[in-house]
Formats: sequence, structure tokens, C-alpha cells
Amino acid sequence: MDFGNLFGSPENFLSYTMGGLVFGAIYALIALGYTMVYGVLQLINFAHSEVFMYGTFAVAWVFILLHGTGSATWSLGEAVPVLLVALVAACALSAGVALLLERLAYRPLMNKNAPKLIALISAIGASFALAEAMGLRDRFAEVFGLDDNLADYVAPGKARDVYTNPVTIREHDILTIGGYTLSDVDLVIIVAALLMMVALDQFVRRTRFGRGIRAVAQDPESAALMGVNPTRVVQLTFLIGGLMAGAAATLYMMKVGVTRQNAGFILGVKAFTAAVMGGIGNLRGALLGGLILGVMENWGSALFGQNWKDVVAFVLLVLILLVRPSGLLGESLGKARA
Amino acid sequence: MTRNKVFGASIAVLALSLSMTACGSDDSGDDDTNAGGGNLCGKNLAFLGALTGDAGALGQNMVNGINLALKEYNADNADCKINLKTFDSQGSPDKAPALATQIINDDSIVGLVGPGFSGESLATGKTFFESGLPSISPSATNVTITEQGWTTWHRVIGNDDAQGAADAKYLTETVGAKKVFVVDDGQDYSKGLAGKVKDSLGDALVDSDQISVGDTNMSAIVQGVKSSGADAVFYGGYYTEAGLLAKQLRQGGFKGTFMSGDGSEDPNFVKVAGAEGAEGAVLSAPAAPAPADFGASGLYATQAYDATNIFLAAIKDGASDGQEINEFIGSYTGDGVSGPIAFDDKGDIKESAIYAYFVKDGALDVENPEEIK
Repeated sequence: MDFGNLFGSPENFLSYTMGGLVFGAIYALIALGYTMVYGVLQLINFAHSEVFMYGTFAVAWVFILLHGTGSATWSLGEAVPVLLVALVAACALSAGVALLLERLAYRPLMNKNAPKLIALISAIGASFALAEAMGLRDRFAEVFGLDDNLADYVAPGKARDVYTNPVTIREHDILTIGGYTLSDVDLVIIVAALLMMVALDQFVRRTRFGRGIRAVAQDPESAALMGVNPTRVVQLTFLIGGLMAGAAATLYMMKVGVTRQNAGFILGVKAFTAAVMGGIGNLRGALLGGLILGVMENWGSALFGQNWKDVVAFVLLVLILLVRPSGLLGESLGKARA
Repeated sequence: MTRNKVFGASIAVLALSLSMTACGSDDSGDDDTNAGGGNLCGKNLAFLGALTGDAGALGQNMVNGINLALKEYNADNADCKINLKTFDSQGSPDKAPALATQIINDDSIVGLVGPGFSGESLATGKTFFESGLPSISPSATNVTITEQGWTTWHRVIGNDDAQGAADAKYLTETVGAKKVFVVDDGQDYSKGLAGKVKDSLGDALVDSDQISVGDTNMSAIVQGVKSSGADAVFYGGYYTEAGLLAKQLRQGGFKGTFMSGDGSEDPNFVKVAGAEGAEGAVLSAPAAPAPADFGASGLYATQAYDATNIFLAAIKDGASDGQEINEFIGSYTGDGVSGPIAFDDKGDIKESAIYAYFVKDGALDVENPEEIK
């Protein structure tokens, strides 16, 4: 164990911690999708990782559409206009996929009062179907005779290979504390994620729609008797989860810049872990869980080496669940006070 | 070491006796087809490797090389054509064994160009060896494959030990690095290559770490490299993670040399890292660029072409079964387009040159590598 590496200097400590917070913020945004759907339906939407993955592709496609395929490096300032378009596109595609999922993979089962386990299997199946559809997008384009026109977007013959945003965003240092320099991209990711979390939290706590979500989470039948349309509420929940996944995808592509058809899998597992760690069904828990998981991974890397980071993070998860079986802030969505 | 040699030798003896019995039984079955006097006309070569999937492009390169050799041979020997059957493993050690069984049960197949990768080679080597089917891999470089005593297994490419030693030498002598940080992704190929680099670096190795395939957050490694004061980083693995590591190292302020092996020697490395992140990176490969007039393009196309030509030379020489082809390969000496070819007892190529390729002006320069001597 290498404590000197992690705690040896303020630079090291801040660097490991901030690096973890950046990815933790992204985990947290994805975790929202898991936690909200669970809060309302008591269902783990395993296809949510694919909702995120479609968002990452939307970001790359917008850059190719507006810039072309030539490799380029932009500063964050130069990239902002395109990034905003990409954000809208990613949110739209992710939300669209999430709504489609709800309509095709869940609602038919819910209408038939199928057991929750059936819906869980349906979620896993939908996850595979979505990931493979993205991996076979060149074949779909071929069927419609569009593979030549859309070659840049579907990557014929290489649809399963890594897919890159042609524009790399160059990070600029904006702040130095004790030898550690914070870059503009990192700051934007953390701040944007926090702002979206606060906005969503307020939305659920203060608005009429939010009250509807909480009511259905607490007791769907009573909520229906009180005039809340549960189907609309479930749709709204999937929509919000999709929007947040789209935002997460945009931030992820700013930092990482590459994706592939299975990119959602690992991040999905991490985000689900974050949701459980914070208390599944709890919005603030998702944020806390995401940030803690991200930081723990990096501290684990510093102490034991990078290949131990998941071990550290998951041992921590087990320990937290042993002490607090319902997660750190294990309060359900329905019990959140207005 | 000694113990390994003794063990290896005894395995080899055992293996040889087994293969002889296996071939013996094959002979009796092939008597009808051999009636023409050791003639293998109309038979097939097989290719086993990734044609689709994440590494599909590499397998396609190999098949292009094989097809070029077959086309040339069949044009000159119109009365004795040899054809190719391809088996797509997607590069996966899980999928390859079933295909290997198909290949050995297909009587029309007399030799295998492949398997493409190290993992699938280790997973299928025993099957091929026991059936006596000779194979020449254009691209599988893991050191341990040829230590299994599979006497039918050959490769026309330098193994990871040769490349790792050359890479370490390049970093310490040509680049002049004093502190090298070594990272790998934990896979067979990557660990083998990075391990040899570590051993060869000696005192110049400052620290090492291991990532997982699919990792995108390299910030902990970047900080580790920075606080170690390393002036060079070597990465053993494939282009996606290599690109992300190079990119995040540069963005984190790392100014030293970034080097990786043939798993990263792909234009996608530059795409992933971005032009600025990839600039100045050194990517080694045990492969010379194809001659200008060579009719197939891409990494490993020349090796696949050479491997095919060795089989064709054996057939032309009158070899009538797997055992005779195998004996022909063992004693083969010649100049292929990828370099001089001769095999040692284990099936490794005797001489192999390692080349350093450079990323210049935002692109991987595949035409002007520097040989590491």
C-alpha cells in the first residue's frame, strides 16, 4: 500500500481526488436514471446504460455534422457552441431511447401486471438489443442503401470498433492550488453535474410534476385515485432519466472523446453501484454515491494500483451496505419531503 | 530456466510421438487422394482469426495477403489450384476452439495460416497439434505459445520478447530516457510485452501500473507518472486505451516520450488520442512496411503473404500430407517480403527486425519507420 503516493503532497492528494470527482459526477448523472425509475417502479432499468451510450454517439455525430471528420483540437471556448448543439442532440436521442424503452419493454408488461422479475429480464434483453443495434448500425444503413451517404456516421465494417469525436477539446489550466492545477473542462463537468442535480432535486420537490412522481412512488393506486396519471408519471420519469443520461454523455465526450457500442456497460455498472451506495430511489443519494465512488476509485488506484480500483470501490460498497443496508441516504423517493 | 527446457524437451518428444501416430492414421485414410503421388491439388488452406469484431480489420489485412499469394500461385499453376477457407473467430479465445474442431475435421484443409492472435493460439494450439495440422501464424506474438511443445505451430513474426527488448533499448538508448514508467492492460499479449520491457529496462524502470480494458479514466495513472518523475511511458496493450492514456498524459502536462507496441500501431491510436495527444508517440511493430509495389495493404498482410507462400512451396515441393508439409516448414529458409524467414526448433522465426513507427504532424507515418537495432 502506497500511502506516500496519495498523501505525500497536496498536489497528489488533490489530483487524485479531483480526477475522481470528474468521473464521479458523470456516474452520478447516469445514476439518476436508475434511481428515479427504481423509485417509481421498483424496477432496475438495466437498459439505462444503453440510453447513455446512444447519447455519446449523438455527441460525436453532431461534431461530425458541424465540423467534418478532419481531426482537430479546439479550446473549450471554441467548442462551446457545438457542444451546446451536441447537448441538445444527446438529450433528445437519450430521452427518445428511454421513452421507447418504456413504451416497448416495460409498459406492455406493466399493463399485464407481470411480476417485477419479468420486467428485469426484459430490461436486460433491451440492453443487449440496443447495444447490438448500435454495433450493427452499418448493416441497417446498408439495408436502406444509405451506407455510402452515411459512411462517416455508421463506420461501415467498423461499426463495433471505437468511434471517436474528431474534435479533441484541449484542457486549459485555470487554477493552481498547492501544485495541483484545475482544468476548465474538469471544472465545467463538476459544476454542470452539480447544477443539474440541484435543478432536478428542486423539480421533484417543488413542482406539480415532481409531486406526481413522489405520489406514484409512494403509492401508485392512491395516487391514481387522487387524479395522478401513473402512466404519464412513469413516462416523465424515463424522460428525465434520459435527459440526464444525455447530459452525462455530453460531459463524458468532452473529457474522454471516444465511445463504442459497448461503452455503456462499464459506466452503467458503476452508475448503478453509485445509486445503490447512495440509497437507491434517492436523488441526493445518487449524487453522493457517484462522487464517493469516483473518488474511491482514484484513491484505490493511488494506494494499490489502477487494477485494484474496482476492488476498493466494491469492498467499500459492501461495507456501506453492511452498516446501512439501504445505502448512505437510504430514504426513498416517495418519502422525500416537499 | 533449465527445468523449463527439460520439461519443454520432454513435452516435445511426447508430442512428436503423438503427432506421428496421428499422422500415421491420417495417411491410411488419405491413400485414395494420394494415389496421384503426393499431390495436394485442389485442396484448401484455412485462415483462422478475426474477420469481424473489434479487431476485424487486422484479420482482413491477413486475408488480403493470403489471397494475393494464392492468386499468384494459381495463375502459375492453373492445373493445381489451392483455395482458401476462412474461419472468423472475431479474435476471441472462446470462439476459436469450435472453429479449430471444424478445421481439423475438414479433410480438404492441408494447412492453416493463423491463428491471428495470441489468446486464440493458446486456446487452439493443442487441438491443431494433436491432429497434426501444420500452422504458420502471421501475427500471434505471445512468447509462451512456442514453449508448449506444439511442433506443428510456427510464426513468421518476432515474438514479444524480441519486441520488448528492442523497445526498452530504443527508450534508453535512442530516446535517452532515464526513468521509464510501464503500464499494461493485463491481457496475455500486453503483460508479456510490458513484462519484457520491464525486465530489459533494468534500473531505468521507475514504476509500473496496470489498467483494465475499457478504462477511460486515466487520471490516477497520469498523476502516478507525474509524481514518479518519469521521462518516458511505455504502454503494453491496444490502441483505444493507449490513445486515451497518451491524450490524458499530455493534457496532464506530461512532456516525455510515449511509446507502445504493435497493438497500438494503428491509425485509430491517433484518432483516439487526438493530434496533439498522439504527436511524437513511438509505436513499435515486428513488421517492416510492405514494399511499394506489394498488392495488399495493412499491418500483417506481408506476414500472411509469406506464410501462405511457405505452404505453397511445400505443396509444389511434393509434400503429400500434414507431416511432410510440417517437415518442409521446419527446414524452410527463404526471403519473404517481410524479411528473411527460417524457423528454430520451437517454431519461432530465427531473425526478426523490430521497427519504430512515429506519429508526425497528426498522423501515423506507416511508410518511414526506423529499424531498432
